[in-house]
Amino acid sequence: MKTNPDSREQTSLAQGTEVKTTTCYMCACRCGIKVTVKDGEVRYIQGNPDHPLNKGVLCAKGASGIMKQYSPARLTKPLLRKPGTERGAGEFEEISWDKAFGIMEERLGKLRAEDPKKFALFTGRDQMQALTGMFAKQFGTPNYAAHGGFCSVNMAAGMIYTIGGSFWEFGGPDLERSKLFFMIGTAEDHHSNPMKVELSQFKRNGGRFVAINPVRTGYAAIADEWVPIKPGTDGAFLLAVIHEIIKLGFYDRDFLVNYTNAAELVDMTPGSMEEGMFLRFEVPEEEGCFDPQNKLWWDRELDIPISMHTEGVDPYLTGEFTLDDGTPCKPAFQLLKERVEDYTPEWAEGITGIPAETIRRLAHEMGIVSRDQKIELPIQWTDAWGKDHDSVVGNPVSFHSMRGLAAHSNGFQTIRALSILMTLLGTIDRPGGFRHKAPFPRPIPPCPKPPKGWDDVKPNTPLNGMPLGWPADPDDLFVDDNGEAIRLDKGFSWEYPLSVHGLMHNAITNAWRGDPYPIDTLLLFMANMAWNSSMNTNEVRKMLVDKDENGDYKIPFIIVADAYHSETVEFGDLILPDTSYLERHDAMSMLDRPISEYDGPVDSVRIPVIPPKGECKPFQDVIVEMGARLKLPSFIREDGSPKYRDYRDFILNFETAPGSGIGFLAGWRGKSGEKSMKGEPNPNQWEMYEKNNCVFHYELPKSFQYMRNWNRGYLHWAQEHNMTRYDEPINVHIYSEILQKFRLAAQGKTNGRQPPERLRKRIETYFDPLPFHHEPLESQLTDTQKYPLNALTQRPMAMYHSWDSQNAWLRQIHTHNYLYVNPVLGRNNGFDDGDWVWVESMHGKVRCMCRFSESVEPGTVWTWNAIGKASGTWGLTPNANESKKGFLLNHVISEELPPHEAGEHLSNSDPVTGQAGWYDVRVRVYKAGADEPEITSPQYKAVKPLPGMESKRRGKWQAYVAGKFRKKMGLK
Amino acid sequence: MHPAFSVLFLTTLIGAGQGLFLALFTGQIFQQFKLMPEQHEPDFYVIGSAVSVALLLIGLFASFFHLGRPERAWRSAAQWRTSWLSREVIALPITMFAIAAYGAAHYFGLTHALFFTPGGTGIDATLLLGLFATIATYALFVCTGMIYGCIRFLQEWHTPLTVINFILLGTASGFTIATALSAWMGTELTHFYASWAIFFTLTAFVFRIASMIRNRKIKPKSDMNSAIGVRHSGVQQKAQGSMCGSFNTREYFHGKKATFVTTIKYIFIFLAFLTPLVLLIMSLGISSGESIFVVSLFAAIAQYLGLLAERWYFFADARHPQNLYYQQVS
Amino acid sequence: MVDKNPYDANPTGTFFNRVQTFEIGTYPKTETVHFPKSCLHCEEPPCVPVCPTGASYKREEDGIVLVDYDKCIGCKYCSWACPYGARELDEQQKVMKKCTLCVDRIYDESLPEEERKPACVMSCPTSARLFGDVHDEDSEVSIAIRENGGYQLMPEWGTKPANHYLPRRKTRIKIHEDELERVDNPLSKEERKRHNAPGEGPSLDDMTSW
Ligand SMILES: Nc1nc2c(c(=O)[nH]1)N[C@H]1C(S)=C(S)[C@@H](COP(=O)(O)OP(=O)(O)OC[C@H]3O[C@@H](n4cnc5c(=O)[nH]c(N)nc54)[C@H](O)[C@@H]3O)O[C@H]1N2
Ligand SMILES: Nc1nc2c(c(=O)[nH]1)N[C@H]1C(S)=C(S)[C@@H](COP(=O)(O)OP(=O)(O)OC[C@H]3O[C@@H](n4cnc5c(=O)[nH]c(N)nc54)[C@H](O)[C@@H]3O)O[C@H]1N2
Ligand code: SF4
Ligand code: SF4
Ligand code: SF4
Ligand code: SF4
Ligand code: SF4
Ligand SMILES: [Mo]
Repeated sequence: MKTNPDSREQTSLAQGTEVKTTTCYMCACRCGIKVTVKDGEVRYIQGNPDHPLNKGVLCAKGASGIMKQYSPARLTKPLLRKPGTERGAGEFEEISWDKAFGIMEERLGKLRAEDPKKFALFTGRDQMQALTGMFAKQFGTPNYAAHGGFCSVNMAAGMIYTIGGSFWEFGGPDLERSKLFFMIGTAEDHHSNPMKVELSQFKRNGGRFVAINPVRTGYAAIADEWVPIKPGTDGAFLLAVIHEIIKLGFYDRDFLVNYTNAAELVDMTPGSMEEGMFLRFEVPEEEGCFDPQNKLWWDRELDIPISMHTEGVDPYLTGEFTLDDGTPCKPAFQLLKERVEDYTPEWAEGITGIPAETIRRLAHEMGIVSRDQKIELPIQWTDAWGKDHDSVVGNPVSFHSMRGLAAHSNGFQTIRALSILMTLLGTIDRPGGFRHKAPFPRPIPPCPKPPKGWDDVKPNTPLNGMPLGWPADPDDLFVDDNGEAIRLDKGFSWEYPLSVHGLMHNAITNAWRGDPYPIDTLLLFMANMAWNSSMNTNEVRKMLVDKDENGDYKIPFIIVADAYHSETVEFGDLILPDTSYLERHDAMSMLDRPISEYDGPVDSVRIPVIPPKGECKPFQDVIVEMGARLKLPSFIREDGSPKYRDYRDFILNFETAPGSGIGFLAGWRGKSGEKSMKGEPNPNQWEMYEKNNCVFHYELPKSFQYMRNWNRGYLHWAQEHNMTRYDEPINVHIYSEILQKFRLAAQGKTNGRQPPERLRKRIETYFDPLPFHHEPLESQLTDTQKYPLNALTQRPMAMYHSWDSQNAWLRQIHTHNYLYVNPVLGRNNGFDDGDWVWVESMHGKVRCMCRFSESVEPGTVWTWNAIGKASGTWGLTPNANESKKGFLLNHVISEELPPHEAGEHLSNSDPVTGQAGWYDVRVRVYKAGADEPEITSPQYKAVKPLPGMESKRRGKWQAYVAGKFRKKMGLK
Repeated sequence: MHPAFSVLFLTTLIGAGQGLFLALFTGQIFQQFKLMPEQHEPDFYVIGSAVSVALLLIGLFASFFHLGRPERAWRSAAQWRTSWLSREVIALPITMFAIAAYGAAHYFGLTHALFFTPGGTGIDATLLLGLFATIATYALFVCTGMIYGCIRFLQEWHTPLTVINFILLGTASGFTIATALSAWMGTELTHFYASWAIFFTLTAFVFRIASMIRNRKIKPKSDMNSAIGVRHSGVQQKAQGSMCGSFNTREYFHGKKATFVTTIKYIFIFLAFLTPLVLLIMSLGISSGESIFVVSLFAAIAQYLGLLAERWYFFADARHPQNLYYQQVS
Repeated sequence: MVDKNPYDANPTGTFFNRVQTFEIGTYPKTETVHFPKSCLHCEEPPCVPVCPTGASYKREEDGIVLVDYDKCIGCKYCSWACPYGARELDEQQKVMKKCTLCVDRIYDESLPEEERKPACVMSCPTSARLFGDVHDEDSEVSIAIRENGGYQLMPEWGTKPANHYLPRRKTRIKIHEDELERVDNPLSKEERKRHNAPGEGPSLDDMTSW
């Protein structure tokens, strides 16, 4: 990496002006920025050319960070709901931090001593789950999750359970070397600036870019081909492509044989407890979280079963065999082949709306490019079985996908299909294909496991197990003796067994209903759960203020840690004002979501460029302090005194275990910063990050950069640096035995745990070891004649969720939102461009304005996400367009499915992972009455500014005059 | 374009002021060259000039409202080599002064012949000053007209008709005002002015109609394809980069419905041309007294209001190619 | 730069560069075009001669068209004379504003050479914006214009914008029939060489032992 010794104060600018580097957090992409500060005020923000992630580029949000810093929506004081006032009435009084800590210490201390599960901690768009998760674990509550469950857990789980890594922050397409690129269901995504940089280079190099999406916006605008698809049907498309790839023999056979379980023999004995399990030549206690290399292949040469990876053996991928003991078996690939037999392009055409011809052509393009345009890099490496290779080979077809697949309740299986397609083409961690980013790949599934039962939850004791983990079989579920949920969000129960990120979207509803039990205190951090991150927002807002027969709130105490006056802040009993990203220390840690590159681990930090506003306190400092006050073991010394002064100190000195040498940051470890990845704490670590553009980049030797699932050198290195526990190869799960274990349990073919009766059918259906396509759950339960349309949201490039409406610059670009509809749809339904319409689902309805667009599939309507706001929030006046013309689609999306045989209150989520099915909702759209007001519905009573917020709303005019913010933006 | 009231007042007021002066001077010429019976009415010229200068002054005053930084208005004369606006800024005070001087000359009675033409007509200072003021007036008309006429992108304006119309409309309204003024002062010139006013109003009407016919036939030179450089018949804007409008959406578009614009069109045809024509013709039939003053005053007021409407329409009618980039708010 | 109603209804303000979106064609043959538009620094800038104060000017040395905010009287006349709508009146300061091509940046000696570019060029993630001298035949921009068919907006007005736009690029793949068949088709490896299960019914082995 290019390092610049004094990048933070590079150029001597005018007096009192400094340029400091830190990391952007106008979105989770985390670009390196240079902030020019004059007289203690931010003047402007530029991209940092020396940063490996964005290489100097910036986006509209990043450049507008200054207006967020000085937004009138900033909270500046800890606030307590005024005694005697109603929750949600907006009456708060300023209190001191001391008092705030006192309140929390008393309340949480009592809960921890009596019933720790009554404290629930849920966090939204943060990037420090390592810290918050640790706090929850130490506290002893099972009720912790971050936003992943409503975000893209399907993507994480679907891919990690298949290839040991995923898109999202942990891997991506190698566009530098790719020739053909498919972007499926992505509008903007997390890796946004790098993705833009790479896409443009890719196109300049003559690469071909195909976008598969019901809507053509964002990245898809520059696609060479746009393939509109009906929402929720990508599984059918992908399976048809797989059908064609297998039929024509376009798959990379060597890759499948050597690096996947395609050739492994599956026991086909009908009705047995082993049915659908791999055959093993020895059955030792399978310890740890890796696949022991004890499966069988069928040798083509000798025509006998033989232990996998026997030197020189070439196994069959297809066929049917019988072992000597009469056990019938088939290679996993044969099962896949049979599975896709009927999934013809013609079949998929009827489901996806994509002409069979197009599907076939795209499959052929993938096949031909991957087969005929191979890349061979002269990089020697050794595989996990000890075989040396002279080169690294790549098949330059790549994919990227996100919530367009993930946010459907069939997403997990669809994403399995995508991962398998990528594998068939031989593109996993190879040049021009998919590439991992440290700390991935991880074993399938990764090692951390959730607790297993009530025994793991005890007063005054840390939780036994990780609050979030990766179940490998039914025994890893977190359920009581009846097989019912222990977590508030019902994660890791039979309802959503692989809910590896929890189900934050059901936390409030469940707490309100007291199902599985009532809680006492709900702490929400950086999550706007009373608005855009909850489904069924209208009802959820009522739940937050609902009372029981005794007149007590059903959710007795709500703590909100936020930096701005969001909709959720209104519902807090105690409000903790957080700092802005320019005012605090943050770590983008290897223990969490680092910003690694394909060539090796990268982590980065934020270092304050200006002091906190008012009495804002970094939430991490609050966690560290609360940890000490509550005497959580990791946060105190043996004598009970606080171990860490604050978060900065925590980062410096925390080690995963005493003397482990592993901390939150991997760079400049060791006494004087001479070590990396692992080493004793370095008292000057922050300064060293500061000197190096706030980023640490460890470039792996070339021979460790590819084929990492099976690269002995890499796996050793990863193990040596404690990145992973085992250095076993990570073979791709074309066929998922893990899913089969759940299915067997549902069929009663197990000695272990079995699902409750009502869920047997559901588990049996959706835990299919092979990918399949099914209609999203909501569609199965909706009258689709009545609600024929799919309604989607997308990320606008210039706004991050709900939090940019406060930004005077960005809100000019998106002041309100429209419902985009195909003109054909509008005309058939009697409304015109710009008309006011109702969007109605079986759960609710919203009035909004529509806009005709030719870039949307006629069965789909969509809008930009989270532009609509509740009146008076976000430092805006009650009449701001965001609340009068803007709308939130969430009102028509339900957090629960209609009652059906699998349960009364099942989450509107993927039955495998609990991923929120945002994009499953079915709606109809009709013209609003001529007598109806031209204003969006629903409307909420305007809230007023909070104590400590800039008292006067800014005037009619605001001139951006650098360094003049304190002078109230005077005209002169 | 968005019609700014300051500009509507500026152009109509100075036009009327200039026209009024031309009327005064025409009257003087006709008398002095004995084209009509000579009368001695210095008061009429003095007061007429004063009214003319007053109109110009109010116009000038109105124009300041158009400037963002009126305190810097003095700078605006700088670029007379290239800018018609600069030229107007120069021509306007000159005209004003010339007319004022013309009025002053009458006031001070500088009517002794300085020399005689071969035809024996005495040329006095008022005549010389009037001649000079006439030149200035026409120069000012040309400058004002050219401010609009010279912008190629506004095809509705980019025609000699723009200057001609400015001249004719200004002149017509000036003569109508002169008629009223003359009637008010009870001079003998009332019918003379009324006849000329009828003539100019008719001519202006013809030319204004001509320009409207021309404008209706204009094929815009730019279209969506040339604007963004993509050749396709179905180009539609979906977002213009800001949702609540910008300078670009406010300055170049009147923001009114088409029906409103058409209404304004009929209003101005009625008020600026038909009403004054009828009233002026009526006035020809009235010999003298109060009634002719009332009738001609109404004619002048109607015509002025009509011209305001005409000027509004003049702006609203002009389609700026930049609007191609600002079609849809989202 | 100024915002009106920054936190109120109908916020609006002055921008140097607006990114607009157009749709071309009808579904499903739709193209979506994102179209950034700032001052094009015309070689024949009609906005300059009309300015009465000389506040609008084109620099001799590099052709950059600028507004001198200290001279501008806010008469808006120059903006009328720009067919592209590139100029926006700062409605608070009451002077005309527009893209300056970052003159302060591109000549700033205190910046490293590679950073002496307009901010929008520096920050554009897709390097969709190129910066250089269009008169220098060998500059990156001239080459791009020449080789990729760069064009000017509204050429019909003869304003000769210095800023050019590049047409969209499409990459297609031609599939040849014979590419769909190959001798090394891995499917050929799947044909069973020998049978595994014993053949159906009795065979000679069941009858005799030789
Ligand atoms: N600017 C900006 N960037 C962001 C965010 C933001 O708010 N603003 N949010 C961040 C977060 S938290 C996340 S999770 C990521 C999400 O990043 P993306 O995955 O890009 O998320 P969405 O914007 O939801 O885009 C989903 C896309 O999928 C399409 N789609 C919907 N259903 C289907 C389907 O069934 N099939 C296919 N093929 N496509 C479908 C939609 O049309 C849309 O284009 O973005 C991150 N980046
Ligand atoms: N209809 C629909 N709804 C969706 C989605 C969708 O596609 N469609 N997408 C879902 C997805 S993927 C996600 S990730 C969620 C995102 O939803 P949320 O996680 O709720 O994210 P935000 O709206 O960004 O709000 C987070 C809160 O963080 C606060 N905040 C901002 N900066 C700071 C800070 O520095 N410190 C603190 N303490 N707080 C801060 C903001 O004020 C805001 O209240 O939305 C989900 N909701
Ligand atoms: S993509 Fe934009 S907002 Fe996100 S981190 Fe980078 S510069 Fe900041
Ligand atoms: S784009 Fe407009 S403002 Fe810029 S130089 Fe050309 S005419 Fe002038
Ligand atoms: S607005 Fe300013 S720059 Fe434009 S023409 Fe008037 S004085 Fe010149
Ligand atoms: S060149 Fe500079 S002033 Fe012009 S649009 Fe780009 S960043 Fe703005
Ligand atoms: S920054 Fe680049 S990619 Fe983004 S809108 Fe501007 S020109 Fe386009
Ligand atoms: Mo998300």
